[in-house]
Amino acid sequence: MAKITYDGIEIEVPDGTTIMNAARQLDGKLAPPAMCYYTPLKGSGGKCRACLVRVAAGSAKDPRPMPKLVASCITPVQDGMVVENNSSPQVLEVRKGIVEMLLINHPLDCPVCDQAGECSLQDFAFEHGLSTTRYEEERRTFDKVDIGPLIQLHMTRCILCYRCVYTADQLTDGRVHGVLGRGDASEIGTYIENIIDNDFSGNVIDVCPVGALTDKTWRFKQRVWFTKPVNAHRDCETDQCAGRVTLWYKGPEVLRVTGRKDENGEVKEWICNTCRFDKKETTDWTIEGPAPVDRSSVVSANHYELPVLNQQVIADMPASTVRELAQNPPLKLGGLNG
Amino acid sequence: MGRKLLTEHINVEGIDTMAVYRQHGGYRSVEKALKTMTPDEVVEEVKKSGLRGRGGAGFPTGMKWSFLAKPEGVPRYLVCNADESEPGTFKDRQLMSKLPHLLIEGMITSSYALGANTSYIYIRGELLYVLRILEKAVAEAYAAGFLGKNILGSGYDLDLHIHPGAGAYICGEETALLESLEGKRGNPRNKPPFPAVSGLYARPTVVNNVESIAAVPVIVNEGGEEYAKIGIGKSTGTKLISACGHVKNPGIYEIEMGVPVEEFIYSDEYCGGIWKGRELKAVVAGGSSVPILPKSLILKTAAGEPRLMTYESLSDGGFVTGTMLGSGGFIAMDETTCIVKNTWNFSRFYHHESCGQCSPCREGTGWLEKVLHRLEHGHGQMHDIDLIVNVAKQIEGNTICPLGEAAAWPVTAAVRHFRDEFEWHVTHPHEATRPGAVYHGGLVLA
Repeated sequence: MAKITYDGIEIEVPDGTTIMNAARQLDGKLAPPAMCYYTPLKGSGGKCRACLVRVAAGSAKDPRPMPKLVASCITPVQDGMVVENNSSPQVLEVRKGIVEMLLINHPLDCPVCDQAGECSLQDFAFEHGLSTTRYEEERRTFDKVDIGPLIQLHMTRCILCYRCVYTADQLTDGRVHGVLGRGDASEIGTYIENIIDNDFSGNVIDVCPVGALTDKTWRFKQRVWFTKPVNAHRDCETDQCAGRVTLWYKGPEVLRVTGRKDENGEVKEWICNTCRFDKKETTDWTIEGPAPVDRSSVVSANHYELPVLNQQVIADMPASTVRELAQNPPLKLGGLNG
Repeated sequence: MGRKLLTEHINVEGIDTMAVYRQHGGYRSVEKALKTMTPDEVVEEVKKSGLRGRGGAGFPTGMKWSFLAKPEGVPRYLVCNADESEPGTFKDRQLMSKLPHLLIEGMITSSYALGANTSYIYIRGELLYVLRILEKAVAEAYAAGFLGKNILGSGYDLDLHIHPGAGAYICGEETALLESLEGKRGNPRNKPPFPAVSGLYARPTVVNNVESIAAVPVIVNEGGEEYAKIGIGKSTGTKLISACGHVKNPGIYEIEMGVPVEEFIYSDEYCGGIWKGRELKAVVAGGSSVPILPKSLILKTAAGEPRLMTYESLSDGGFVTGTMLGSGGFIAMDETTCIVKNTWNFSRFYHHESCGQCSPCREGTGWLEKVLHRLEHGHGQMHDIDLIVNVAKQIEGNTICPLGEAAAWPVTAAVRHFRDEFEWHVTHPHEATRPGAVYHGGLVLA
């Protein structure tokens, strides 16, 4: 076991745990943001540099600080390590820079992007980014490539996290897509068009942190915050398919099926394409109940930002109205109950 | 004239053949090492020699060798990094094409010291003709019994393979090189683990530059202490410097460490001064990625000491007033050189060569290139100058491999030392974009 101090909080974790996972054991909300690291995918991480943290003391044996910021998702803890995440101004400054770098070539088409509302980059930029840009140049674009009948590739939105490459590598036999080219011209590609065709290819949609890979059967149907996630399962005949999914309802209709995400937004159980794309009737599934949604998520709030009521207005309201509002969650009463 | 340890016989007719190379004392180190020395003794000699990595970072080779993990029953590898592609550096190409057997001799002796039974030379893809020369030399070495099973009856086996890259600068980074050698996309790996623990095929691996390995036979033949007598302080031995740019005699020079920079540029023995009777303006002393220095700072340190061609003297003053010896790609620029254009050119190279794996480098190198392009072409604004410095800072230190730093350093150094020239490009866009226009203290030389 190794005892580390993370942002002033002491925690004991097994040897070999990464800083990221130690922080997640503490509380997923305190952990550094992860744009490329994905726990179930071996070899992922270290690329986006969003999770850089400062190691103020390397270990009990060698308490010198590490010379550079380290990627918390791939750096294992040492006994006596002191890690600074949000408590280090340097880390927050660098993170601001990383957001900027990720966004300079990202199209910012959130209003028409299917991922909006459950997009890691959106969350990351909302939390750490600036509201202005210093980038005056033309954004990088790519030719549209059709990679298959079920999955839509928007290469301009891609942040090259390599998650989909690892997914295809580790889940399916014979990966047919990968990264072509280099530098800011590198792209996810299949080289041969319209070729992705295997039972587990749909999982690349779930692992994609942005809207680069989206479900063609769900395209433009609904904004995610107008749908209701419900957990369900079925007996799937496909080998290795977990059959445990989240159904996204709008009224009585199942608009899409995804893998079940845990509190860190990661899918731990992969599902097959039959479950994902073909079983869109409630009768196909055994419903378990509403899927847990984080309170801060726009999916639960139906709003990007909760409106905060003016103190003066609240003070003038009749007591019954205030009570009524407090019991009705869509509005948050600034200063009253929050 | 200093001693030449590597290139003494470089101009001998037919030195690239086994017979002639043997006549000039070739493969003595293999015989000496395999017959009279244990591997640890060879490592010890290299340690004593104080040899430092010639690829750019200057890490002590002997120390690198002693870090190699040696678990029982697990093969170890020696990989020679011949992916020389730093702009301004062309020393290894010459060494390999003229003296292929020197590298092979070094590979055998070094592999023996490290206990590697399979070794690789990863050569830059563009150097196809050198690959042919090396392949011929390797075949000769096999025929003469210096490679293969039971070399010289010592019971030591070694197979040497030559592998060409496909033309990527990033594959000169050691872990990207190993990935490429394994047949994958040449993306640098996250470190740790370092190659000394888990390198090629996840086995302990040492990656050394061509020049470092070529120095090993000399060290074994003459002894490490003898080698360490050349040079100053921790910079021992000789170094190949590839001088290019606006000097009278560009080319490759083997210098003893410690030659003053002024002598190197102006002496007829070396570069012979600046061409066309012009003035020196700036020097990039160790390949395009090291900080550029103006004439005043390259000839003398900030403290007023003469600057010498050593690792320590060139980096005197840190990055504020110093630079690095790097890989020895010495680029001299005369007074007609436009620093903005030059910086843009370097930046364009790094933009093109970034592997695109980690975000600061992938996006930042492109951003730098575009803003510098604007500045050079008269569309820049004053705040762009601070912008490129800031973007460079955001890249530096936050990337997986040193390419990010290599892209950032030339930009920050150029702005640090030549800010007025950048500002002139903003304030006088019409003059600055005239063909051949050059900033010269407010004057325009056409």
